[in-house]
Amino acid sequence: MARGDGPAARENGAGARIRARRLALGLKQVETARAAGISASYLNLIERGRRPIGGKLLSDVAAALGVPPAELREGPGRRIVGALARAATLLGPRPAADPASADEMAGRYPGWAGLIAAQDDRIAELERTVAALSDRLGHDPVLSASVHNVLSSVTAIRSTAGILAGDETLDAQWLARFHRNLHEDSRKLADTAQALAAYLTAGEAAQADAIAPQEVAELWLARHDAGETAPEPEGAAGWILRRQLARRAEDARALPDATLAALIARHGPDPFAVAAGAGCALDLAMRRLGTLPEAALGAPVGLVVCDAAGALTYRRAAPGFEIPRFGAACALWPVFEALHGGPRPVARRLRQGGREQRPLRAWAVAVQAQPDGFDRPGTAEATMLVVPEDLLSGRDAPRAAPVEIGSTCRLCAVARCAARREPSVLAPDGVLTAGETAV
Amino acid sequence: MGDTRTVLLVEDEPNIIEAVRFILTRGGFHVATHSDGADAAEAVRVRRPDLVILDVMLPNRSGFDILEDLRGGDDPAAVPILMLTARGQTREREMALRLGATQFMTKPFSNAEMLEAVRALCAAPQGDAP
Repeated sequence: MARGDGPAARENGAGARIRARRLALGLKQVETARAAGISASYLNLIERGRRPIGGKLLSDVAAALGVPPAELREGPGRRIVGALARAATLLGPRPAADPASADEMAGRYPGWAGLIAAQDDRIAELERTVAALSDRLGHDPVLSASVHNVLSSVTAIRSTAGILAGDETLDAQWLARFHRNLHEDSRKLADTAQALAAYLTAGEAAQADAIAPQEVAELWLARHDAGETAPEPEGAAGWILRRQLARRAEDARALPDATLAALIARHGPDPFAVAAGAGCALDLAMRRLGTLPEAALGAPVGLVVCDAAGALTYRRAAPGFEIPRFGAACALWPVFEALHGGPRPVARRLRQGGREQRPLRAWAVAVQAQPDGFDRPGTAEATMLVVPEDLLSGRDAPRAAPVEIGSTCRLCAVARCAARREPSVLAPDGVLTAGETAV
Repeated sequence: MGDTRTVLLVEDEPNIIEAVRFILTRGGFHVATHSDGADAAEAVRVRRPDLVILDVMLPNRSGFDILEDLRGGDDPAAVPILMLTARGQTREREMALRLGATQFMTKPFSNAEMLEAVRALCAAPQGDAP
């Protein structure tokens, strides 16, 4: 194909794509024209952009060329053409690809063009990763100190060994001194190397089973609730666990098991009914319901407690209600609505996108306190109980459509969300706006 | 004053000091050493050496700061300065040269390299001397 067709091909769109496709198939204008029921000269005019093409004729030509009409009409996406043009220049002047012929290429070989575009995306992504990693290496103080120590030792060893290996004879005193230095430096080097290796492998290990103290405490509680026994964790996890156990004991004194069981038998796991029946605070009723063993209600219920910063200090998931292990939770959760809305409780019907998609009923309430007096910042704690709707009696089933919530943005595919703070890894392309993926 | 040239080695690793001092002394130079970054610039002014070998990583004060200090003085170009660094990054090299280092050497160096550089630097700037 003549290179001179490049610029014209871009302007002419469909005509150029027909020509490119025909040449790629090795067909003559006469053959294609006959198959499409037009004259060769008319096809020639179309290919050169002198005659418009559309409708049935386009379909006929597309059929003759064995491609969907849309491919001739619209051509490859702008995105792919842009990616090709960028890929052509990415590695500098070395490759002989002409960026101007990108859409011609995309038209003739859509599959390969798509592959090049995908590779171009991948290269850009990897480049960002490499940049981030090398930045991290450059700013890692332990690594940089170790490298400095290694190079210092090596410098001393190289220089000293050079002197010892030199042909001049040294007097006994110098000889002894340099031997001793060599011994010292080699030991120093060995120590540094060992420490460095330990540091690097410790990093790997830490990444492999990174588990936060809160998670350790939660795992222990879950096993405890399931009737298993395990030694209590130490350190930060133990601190968190002891606090939670103390609170559970305190809550159980205020609302004893027998009272709670009787109220559940009468009203189901409705925290308003339980709080009213027991004459206790709503958040306490929620905590009691939310920490009951699974068997007490016939199904697990979820409980979330957060502090004034929105950090989740207690997390118990339920079927249909997932809680992120890392990062901030979905900002649409009623627990945050309660946290920011004052002391008035919130009741919501929810559905969390995810595997199970069971409708949920959630109640949330915030409690504010000024433990250090009014001159100091106060504390706030919001509590949310999440109950699968089918555990509740149908009598007072709410009619409102459920609010679509997520667990955390990265794992949430809800398409339009005013509270979204980062794109989802699950999102099909359409969820992101065009501007985010366009070249 | 005889024609023995004085080199001031500003470095904090004792075994590097010992080896370099040995090589340069054997090469016919007088070697003075200084290990603290804090008053290294002052030591240069007091001793008035023919060449300064300046390590980048020193206790208390960075070699770059010392270099800047020396080049910003009354007689900025007077003494040739050979910078030593344990990292051969272009960024460090560029900074050293921008701040007025005469030459730049990366650790680990060979003894021959060191001796050659010191000889060349001590020979070159003689015409500049007051």
